[in-house]
Amino acid sequence: MDSEFIAAVITGAILAGMPLLFTALGETISEQAGVLNIGLEGMMLFGAYGGFVVANWSGSSWLGFLAALVAGMAVSLLMVVFCVRMGRDQIVVGIAILLAMEGLTSLLHDVQYGHSYPRLDAVPTVSIPGLSKIPVVGSSLFDQPLIFYVGIALIFVVGWVLYKSNLGLNIRAAGWKPVALDNAGVDVLKIRTIAVLSTGALAGLGGGYLAIVTAGIFVPFMTGGMGFIAIVIAMLGRGRPVWVLIGSLLFGIALSIATALQLVGVQISTDLINMLPFVAVIVALALFARQSYLPAALALPFERGKR
Amino acid sequence: MAPVSHQGDEEGGRGLTTAPAHPGHQTGDDGSSRDVAIQLCGITKVFPGVRANDCVNLVVRRGEVHCLLGENGAGKSTLMNVLAGIYLPEEGTIRVDGRDCEISCPRDSIDLGIGMVHQHSSLIPNFTVLDNLMLGQGEGIRLSVKKAQGGLARLATMLGVEVDPNVEVAQLSLGQQQQVEIIKALWQGSKVLILDEPTSMLTPKGIEDLEHVLLHLKEEGLAVVFITHKLHEAFAIGDCVSVLRQGRLEGTIDNETMKRSAPAELQSMVVNLMFPGEAESLANVAELRDVSELGRTTRAARIGEPLLELAGVTVPGRHGEIGIEEPFSLVVHASEVVGVAGVDGNGQRPLAEAIAGQRHISAGDIKLAGTSMRRLSIGARQHLGLRYVTDDRLGEGIVGALSVAINMVSKRIGTKPFWIHGRTRPAAISAHARSLVDEYNIMTPTIETSAGSLSGGNIQKVVVARELAFDPKVVVFNKPTYGLDVKTTSAVRARVRELADAGGAGALVISTDLEELLFLCDRVAVLSRGRLMGVVENKPGAEQEIGALMIGGSHSE
Amino acid sequence: MPEAIHVGTPTWLRWAKGFWRHAAPVVYGLIAGGVLLLILGKNPLSFYWTTLESGLFTWSGLMQTIIRLAPLLLMSAGFIVAFQAGLWNIGGDGQFLMAAAVVGGLGAWMVGAMPFWLALALLCLIGFLVGGAWTIVPSTLKAYYGMNEIITSLMMAYLGINLANYLIKGPFLTDVGFVPQTNVIPFDFLLPYLPGTRIHVGIIIALVVLGIVHYMQTRTGYGLRLRILGANPKAAKHAGINVKRDIMSSFALSGALIGLAAAVEVLGVWGYVRADWNPAFGMTLFAIVFLAGLNVMVVIPFVFFFAVIQIGGHEAARMAGLPNDFLLLLVGLILFFMVLTEWARVKAALSGRHKAGGAGVADEDKAVANGQ
Repeated sequence: MDSEFIAAVITGAILAGMPLLFTALGETISEQAGVLNIGLEGMMLFGAYGGFVVANWSGSSWLGFLAALVAGMAVSLLMVVFCVRMGRDQIVVGIAILLAMEGLTSLLHDVQYGHSYPRLDAVPTVSIPGLSKIPVVGSSLFDQPLIFYVGIALIFVVGWVLYKSNLGLNIRAAGWKPVALDNAGVDVLKIRTIAVLSTGALAGLGGGYLAIVTAGIFVPFMTGGMGFIAIVIAMLGRGRPVWVLIGSLLFGIALSIATALQLVGVQISTDLINMLPFVAVIVALALFARQSYLPAALALPFERGKR
Repeated sequence: MAPVSHQGDEEGGRGLTTAPAHPGHQTGDDGSSRDVAIQLCGITKVFPGVRANDCVNLVVRRGEVHCLLGENGAGKSTLMNVLAGIYLPEEGTIRVDGRDCEISCPRDSIDLGIGMVHQHSSLIPNFTVLDNLMLGQGEGIRLSVKKAQGGLARLATMLGVEVDPNVEVAQLSLGQQQQVEIIKALWQGSKVLILDEPTSMLTPKGIEDLEHVLLHLKEEGLAVVFITHKLHEAFAIGDCVSVLRQGRLEGTIDNETMKRSAPAELQSMVVNLMFPGEAESLANVAELRDVSELGRTTRAARIGEPLLELAGVTVPGRHGEIGIEEPFSLVVHASEVVGVAGVDGNGQRPLAEAIAGQRHISAGDIKLAGTSMRRLSIGARQHLGLRYVTDDRLGEGIVGALSVAINMVSKRIGTKPFWIHGRTRPAAISAHARSLVDEYNIMTPTIETSAGSLSGGNIQKVVVARELAFDPKVVVFNKPTYGLDVKTTSAVRARVRELADAGGAGALVISTDLEELLFLCDRVAVLSRGRLMGVVENKPGAEQEIGALMIGGSHSE
Repeated sequence: MPEAIHVGTPTWLRWAKGFWRHAAPVVYGLIAGGVLLLILGKNPLSFYWTTLESGLFTWSGLMQTIIRLAPLLLMSAGFIVAFQAGLWNIGGDGQFLMAAAVVGGLGAWMVGAMPFWLALALLCLIGFLVGGAWTIVPSTLKAYYGMNEIITSLMMAYLGINLANYLIKGPFLTDVGFVPQTNVIPFDFLLPYLPGTRIHVGIIIALVVLGIVHYMQTRTGYGLRLRILGANPKAAKHAGINVKRDIMSSFALSGALIGLAAAVEVLGVWGYVRADWNPAFGMTLFAIVFLAGLNVMVVIPFVFFFAVIQIGGHEAARMAGLPNDFLLLLVGLILFFMVLTEWARVKAALSGRHKAGGAGVADEDKAVANGQ
């Protein structure tokens, strides 16, 4: 196959897949703890906007990423207050977050930039000596911004935390049988709070990556369903970060294949191409739906001593 | 001499069997020293509409098994949940080792050395034994697997049991799971162990094993609180017995009295405490009597033609539960009550659901009055005359949000006279509901009240009333009296008998309660590990036979 | 004394309490929105006044609102039917656009080939069927695999939006002119106006359909089956209800009503469908319907008010130099306040139940929901 095409596919997979990876890893943590974040898209959007604004103003992409992280966490605080602490319905609050953040980021962007769309400079990359010289894949895989390597490292960090640490055991218990966790003397709400805030931080980072690295600009509604795709990846990943990586890359390909195809001169209507990721989601769900087992206490608020 | 002390006997109204100036080291009348581990003083716990505990005092001593006895709904679990930090009492104090303590969450309780094994499993089924034990132990970030393995080995030896740390809890038998829960409760060097209705899950052999474990624990100086609603158990296991009724402590029978009195005397003491003034009318209630005394009450036995036939039925279990693993064949005749005995989780739910049509069978056939039901839907089976009183009354038996009236007709939607051409006829529904509420003595403010707001006993009456309406041919009862108070229990059992005796229908009663089965049934099938171990005629000696069959199937209890 | 409603409460008081219960979050949301406007340097009072004026207090504005009301009411009916059965049909926009694309694509041709009233009726039916058909994937996945329908219907929505565009730019592309849209139904053949107004009869269709849905909900066996399904799927199965079939039928009916909404909008207002057109009523309307509970009687005033805000707010936003998406934020805020007011009410009804930690209100939720 055309090596240019392969390189383009890989680059595209990473550009589109990394935001998914961060966000889906985050959602994995929440889901393992029993919280479903329908508002994930909103967390991504706000993170994208916050990250973009700070990166644009300061000229530093690292400050931008930090801002994105904080922004995402701030939104997830809403889930913590309304769902974890007050025990309200997670779906409704998620929808409220989604609508509010879509409206808010659009409004803020309009107020701040009007109809101009400032561009960020490309983020400096770090190239791994030797590996980056490999033909075809070298420059795509091993010459990436530092945040990319952070993302890859996160796969292992999240995996370790979930399966080798006390916190991870508590998180998983909170998702499967919170009563058992409570009886063991652990504060279930505290554990879920930690989980949800981590999700917000990671989703914010995902949005930040999207705005700062992938696109270089902020456009209202720019996430275009990625938050929901991340939820699907988390569900299909069944709590295993490696599967989350694979899912993110596959959907990343689906999302970015348009560009790669154009490079090779293939002409297909953009509308059909845009359908691809969503078709992929439906197919994946239909094929693997039976096996995606979800934590038993997912989306159920916990209350001690409920009779 | 007052062998039994009631509330208000002692000065200050704090009815302890003996009233020390300050709690702490205590010399009992039998000469041995028994430290007071826990003292509950005047505990009151109120939920909207009900005083679950009303000014309860309790003293728990080391090296002793203190039985908390009372019928379902008396407030026993609530009281212990206060001690475990799950409920905050409105009034009262708790003293541990002589010091006043504040228990506002389970962590506080655990830190004070109190471990509780709840009625419903607190283990996470798809985690390993070790994972479950490590839960909540968090010292530092990393999971300390080695340390946990060591702790497990130590405690298992102490209890005299064997547990594989790396097996998934779901794979263990219920008896083994309970052992794990006891280990977990003792994990942090507990001094007090609370067991909430532990024997409901166990075979007779399992109960024996539990008794041995308790003996070990007593020797180690632990204080044990044992909650039960069965009299004979309280006497067999307890060193002293406290009786709760409707939230109040009716009295405590201390150790000396227990050792000194004859069984019949003790029994009548307790019955008077549990049911003041009603002892006569409750003479027949199974829970109050020793199992060996129960025989088959004489009935006009005119067993008719076969109504329900299970032939070689196997049913798959879901999510790791035991299904019906080997071909199961059983016949229920008209006017007959057949029981299915076994420890919970040995295939009961799959069996019941398979008959009802809620689950597919993987082999065999089920016939109702000669007609094969294998291809019939749930509704079609109901139409044929099959009824199913489920054990999950809140989860599927009723729709809690809808009214009592609607729940009465929920299985007849679209049928006359309640629906004509798809249109609802509210008047017909109300009339029907009212007549059932009267007939079954259901306590509800109105028929439009939401069914979920009724008490457990009344909800069960709604379910039974609904299932028994419109000429049932065969009714499957799954744990029909589980968790109910004595009055409702008697009422439900009477209905079962009436169904068979007067109605000419057949009844299949699935129950984990042996006394109940011996009381109700003509024959009892024994289910163990998803296999039919045998069918026993209900005559003297049946209990032993059933017990033997139950053990025969289980591998290591 | 718990805040229950006693038998002796006068009807007007009961009505007032019920009204406030629904209206309170809206009021709080508007106030919060007003504060935000202040922060942005806009005048909230003039903003809201313009909204009311352009949407309600002028005859042309009011007509526009009522015209907008037709598809909104039909979509609401669709959401209600699904909600009743416990289904969250969040992907309504996909069903809407697919139906719109097909109706727009076939419209001009059909109107030319037969008496126009027959064509319109058939086109409405086509919209109904296409909308219903677009729910088959999520409803099958839900019925047979228990797959969460929020995700699947949303994915189908994104899919539908893109597919609709593709159809309009492709097979349904107009052979007149260069704008990417479908052929145009001549003005005289659109849905007729109510006499003396410029409001098309779609609103009548909507009200009639809403009435039928209400009757179905409250007075038929089917409605009861859906209610039980939504309240407790396990109990529904236990009661012998064919859960799979009823999930699919209610989901299909929901999509069908939304498709009908699209047909009414295209046939009443536009006569054609432009590519990249997406009014996106779905998400916000879904939230509004949720806010109004499942009660058709409450939904109508709520959706009317929402239509006023849409029409009037568009103008107000334009004049204030704000993007239209401000409305999204407003609805989001209202939803948050609804969550808050529900929680506050439930907490008040608790009257002193002590729980050591945890949320403490879950059971009372049901009690309060029953009591009202």
